[in-house]
This record gives sequence, structure tokens and C-alpha cells, in this order.
Amino acid sequence: MTAPRTLYDKIWDDHVVHQAEDGTCLLYIDRHLVHEVTSPQAFEGLRMTGRKVRAPEKTIAVPDHNVPTTLDRAKGIENEESRIQVEALDKNARDFGVNYYPVSDIRQGIVHIVGPEQGWTLPGMTVVCGDSHTATHGAFGALAHGIGTSEVEHVLATQTLIQKKSKNMKVEITGSLRPGVTAKDITMAVIGETGTAGGTGYVIEYCGQAIRELSMEGRMTVCNMAIEGGARAGLIAPDEKTFAYCMGRPHAPKGAAWEAAVSYWKTLFTDEGAHFDKVVTLKGEDIAPLVTWGTSPEDVLPITATVPSPADFTGGKVEAVQRALDYMGLTPGQKLSDIAIDTVFIGSCTNGRIEDLRAAAEVVKGKKIKVKRAMVVPGSGLVRAQAEEEGLAKIFTDAGFEWRLAGCSMCLAMNPDQLAPGERCAATSNRNFEGRQGRGGRTHLVSPGMAAAAALTGHLTDVRDLMAETV
Amino acid sequence: MDKFTTLTGIAAPMPLVNIDTDMIIPKQFLKTIQRSGLGKNLFDEMRYTQDGAEIADFVLNQPSYRKAEIIVAGDNFGCGSSREHAPWALLDFGIRCVISTSFADIFFNNCFKNGILPIVMPQEVVDVLMEDARKGGNARVTVDLEAQTVTTSGGQSFGFEVDPFRKHCLMNGLDDIGLTLEKAAAIDSFEARAKVARPWA
Repeated sequence: MTAPRTLYDKIWDDHVVHQAEDGTCLLYIDRHLVHEVTSPQAFEGLRMTGRKVRAPEKTIAVPDHNVPTTLDRAKGIENEESRIQVEALDKNARDFGVNYYPVSDIRQGIVHIVGPEQGWTLPGMTVVCGDSHTATHGAFGALAHGIGTSEVEHVLATQTLIQKKSKNMKVEITGSLRPGVTAKDITMAVIGETGTAGGTGYVIEYCGQAIRELSMEGRMTVCNMAIEGGARAGLIAPDEKTFAYCMGRPHAPKGAAWEAAVSYWKTLFTDEGAHFDKVVTLKGEDIAPLVTWGTSPEDVLPITATVPSPADFTGGKVEAVQRALDYMGLTPGQKLSDIAIDTVFIGSCTNGRIEDLRAAAEVVKGKKIKVKRAMVVPGSGLVRAQAEEEGLAKIFTDAGFEWRLAGCSMCLAMNPDQLAPGERCAATSNRNFEGRQGRGGRTHLVSPGMAAAAALTGHLTDVRDLMAETV
Repeated sequence: MDKFTTLTGIAAPMPLVNIDTDMIIPKQFLKTIQRSGLGKNLFDEMRYTQDGAEIADFVLNQPSYRKAEIIVAGDNFGCGSSREHAPWALLDFGIRCVISTSFADIFFNNCFKNGILPIVMPQEVVDVLMEDARKGGNARVTVDLEAQTVTTSGGQSFGFEVDPFRKHCLMNGLDDIGLTLEKAAAIDSFEARAKVARPWA
């Protein structure tokens, strides 16, 4: 009998190509996702050394960070550097023969939304991308994490990564979520509990009833922000929901291969008695709709709370909180629900999937926005098409939202979707760092429903108050 | 990649915790398709005003620290995105070593790929090094990778841990890809086995 293993242990063991005496492993990579920002130097490295892409059929490229999301984007990218970067990806994808979804393709979108949507991401795989939010794919029980550009080049050339194994961490969310509370609140609650360095050195497995009850979209939201907690990756064991999501996707196996895959996928769970180096447990019932008040994802509180004071903290965090409050223009003791919002951004690899748009539309339906601007940026062309088919797009545009084309957009503001200095935004994205959405821009991270609520009232708002109105 | 053996240089104190990669190199500078030239934009939004003037009290703008080669930083340095532009910008500015109580995982890996040594030290040691760094341009800190020690300007020495494989690569300036390609036969046989066990992958 082998010792009980965690889900992470199992996936790891199945991908070790070579192990050195000191434990350094060469790990095989099943899927390599590529976008335009972190890949040009890697492809250039291949050219300079005369190397090829070892497995172009396992490499998937899509431009997302720089692409405009306005409806006129077919006319091209105005910013020269952005255009060059996207053109470089076009050329690299063609020259090296990798799978490619150009801007003009309806399947184009944020790389972490396109991968699962097209069936590239499957349970038990190793998935990497030069992007920290690769953790998203962990929702399928795939070991997925971000890498730097040197490692992108390494994977392109060898289809492997040099890795040391991380430690195992279990995050259990017991019970069920209350109405108005979502996957986004779970993942932010965990970071609030552990801090942004709490997961450093670990791979997290999320489990418990509240996780099992989430849809695949919700699970992707939870795993997406594992990196904000410092973890290398987040994982959720695959189950019937996972298989149902994967079935019939363009690159999922079919027929007998599907049956074989499912029987393998059913072995992907943590064995009874397997060892975790760290365990965190939260009660689903205790989680409220959350909002960030500072400039780190760990600066998170229930919407019913007030802005904290630096005196509430210790150590290096005291200075950081003072700096955050100055940057955010907030005063200790101020009610979070009194904070006026200028702009609302609904989208990103965290919350740009169909379920997120449905949740926001449910709150918005029949009402008008009170903020200066509000935009919905679907995570992919296919999400956009589906939302139009379901009538969600009309709900948003009737309310005064801009209905955009797919891309990363204002999550990191590499394209023209940016905040002005001092502009305050309720965003469904993943990072509230200084300058993240534009220099001097002030970001409050929230769930899609909470973002929609802020759009309707003009200030941060408890979505449960608006839900009560419609009942 | 340049070798890293020993380094004696000025250390800049940056006690702020959670210095993220958006602070180290804001996204507007990620549009480059090259690795070089990012040093002038290192810590751009902390270092310059909106119209491009230097912010005098930012540490790397102070005369004593303009030639800093080491940063002593608060906890969780390099958190956030996977952008290797962060170590590229540090390197281009002239930083070869960062010392903190902890680093974000991807940033930590990226440093080693670029000849930068990230050193994890306990809080009490970082506190001593931070004080030493505050002495400014006349204080020189010495980092000896072979001996795995950091020595303050006053001669106080502290040992640190480093992964043996990474130490070997850093000391010899080795290219990871070249090393891995020596194992091509192992990759071939893994692929052959995986094709049978998991044909859908």
C-alpha cells in the first residue's frame, strides 16, 4: 500500500520526468497557455538559439492584455507599443505553429477563460502560463500556475519546468453560503484570513460543502485568486460538475477516450488520512459580501464594516495601512457603504464568465446606473455571444452600462480602459494595488452582484439590500 | 546570465511590506518586446511625479542610494503578477540582491533566472540589515553566495539558506534550458509513457 496522497501529490507524481538527488524535479507540462505580454522575449530567445517549440499542439496562444475592448477595435490598436506586442504574438504563433485565437476570432478572450471554454484545460493536467492568474485552471483539478518569461521559454523549448514541490495546504469551507454571498467572497475571505503571504510555499486544495456547491465558474473564481494569497496554485478535486463542464468541449476527448479519461479523473481526490502541512477552515455561513478598502487583497472587510485605522494593526502593516488610506482617500471609522463610486468594472479572469454576468444582470434588471461610467467586459467572445442570446447585454445597456468586447481591460489597464488619478472604482477583478487600474486610481474589489449594486446606487452597497427590494 | 559570486555594495532600505510587482514596474512598461532598458522605470510611480519629475524623498532618488545594488525590503516582496519585467527592471537599475523576510513565489523564481539573488532572513536579521542600510552611501554590505553569508558594514555576519541547484546555476551563470535539454531522452520516454496512460492529454 502506498501512503495516502493529496490531490496535489497525485498530479505531481504523474508528471515527474526526472528527479535529482536534492529533490529538484523536471515536471512535464500538458498545456502551455501564452499571451502577448510575457511571451515575446521567450520566442526571441528560441530564435536566437535556433530552438523550436517542442510541443506546438499543446501550446495555445491568445492576445488579451493589450487588446481594445471598444466595438470599433477591428480598425486596429492605436497605441504603437501595444500593437507591436500583439503583432509579435501573431507572428510568433504563425512561425512556431502553435494553436492561436487572434483578435478577430470569436473564441478570443482572456487566456484563462478561453482555455477551459475550449476544453484545453482538463482534470489532472499540468497547466502553465506566463500569468499569475493561471491558478484559475485549478478549478478542474489541474495543477496550474503562473511562470515568468524565462520559464515560458523553458516550457516552449522543453515542455517541462524545473520545480521543487510545494507544501500541501487545505482550505475547507464548511456549510453553505448565505444569499448574496458568492465564490468571490469565499476567495477574498480566505485571503483576509491568511494574508497575502499566507499561502507562500503551498499549493492550496479548496474543499468542503460550500466549494462542492459552487458551479465550475464559481470554482474558477475561487482558484483564480489563490495567487493573491501567495499560493503557487489552488486546486479543487474534479467531480460530476467538472466532467459535465468538460464534456463536448472542442478539445476534450470523445468516445472511448472520454470514458478512459473520466475513469482516470475519478482517481483524482485526496486520500483519507493524507497529510496537509497547513489547514484553514471557514464556515460558509459566516462569510458576508466583502469589499477591499486598501491596496492589498488582504485589506478586506464585510460591506457592513467601517474603514479600519492603522492603530488596529502591528508591525510593518501599520505603515502600509497609513499609506493605503492616504492613497485610497479614506478616513478610519468611515462606513464602507458610504464610499462614493465613480466607475464600475465588471469582467476579468476572476469574474468575466457567463455566471458572473447573470449575477450582475439579476441585480441591474430594470434599473439605471448612478455612477459616471460602468462597463461590462465579457471574458471571451463566446461569453459575450451567450450573454447577448440570454438577453443580459440588453439589461446592461438599458441600465446605462457599456457593453464591451472581450479582453483583460481595466483589470490591469494595459489597454485604453484606465482610471484617472483619484477615480474610484468598484471592480470584479483581482488586484487593488496602487496604480493597478491606472495611476492614482482607487480600486475596491467586489463580487459581480456587489459591483452591480454599487453601479445602481453610486456608492458601495450591500447587494443583499437590493435583493430584498426585488423579492 | 551573469554569474553571481560575491557582491559588496550599497543597500537601500525599503521597509514597506507587500511591495508588489505593479509598484516595481507598472504595467505601461510591460509593452516592450525586449528585456533591457527598464531600469529607468523601476518603481516608476513611487519614483517620479505624474509629469516625470523625481520625487526627492524616494529612497533610490536620494544621493546615497542612487548606486544601490542591494535592497533590504519589508515582508512579501514581489507579490502580484508573474511579470519578469520586475527582475529585469531591478537588474537594469543595478540591483543584484534583495533581502526580505519573504518573497512571492513567482518573483523569487524569476530572480534566479536573471542573476539576482533573493535572500530570505528572519525578521530580527532583516531589522539589523535595515538599520545598516539606513546609514547610506558610506555603508557597504557584502553578500557572499559561496559562503552563504551577508555581512553588515560593521562586520556583523549572518548565514542564509539557498537551494543548492539554484546556487550552482547562479554561481556559474548556467542556462536552465541547456541543462534540461541534456535530459531530452528522459522527456522522450516520459512522453511515450504518457501517451499510453493519458492519451487525451
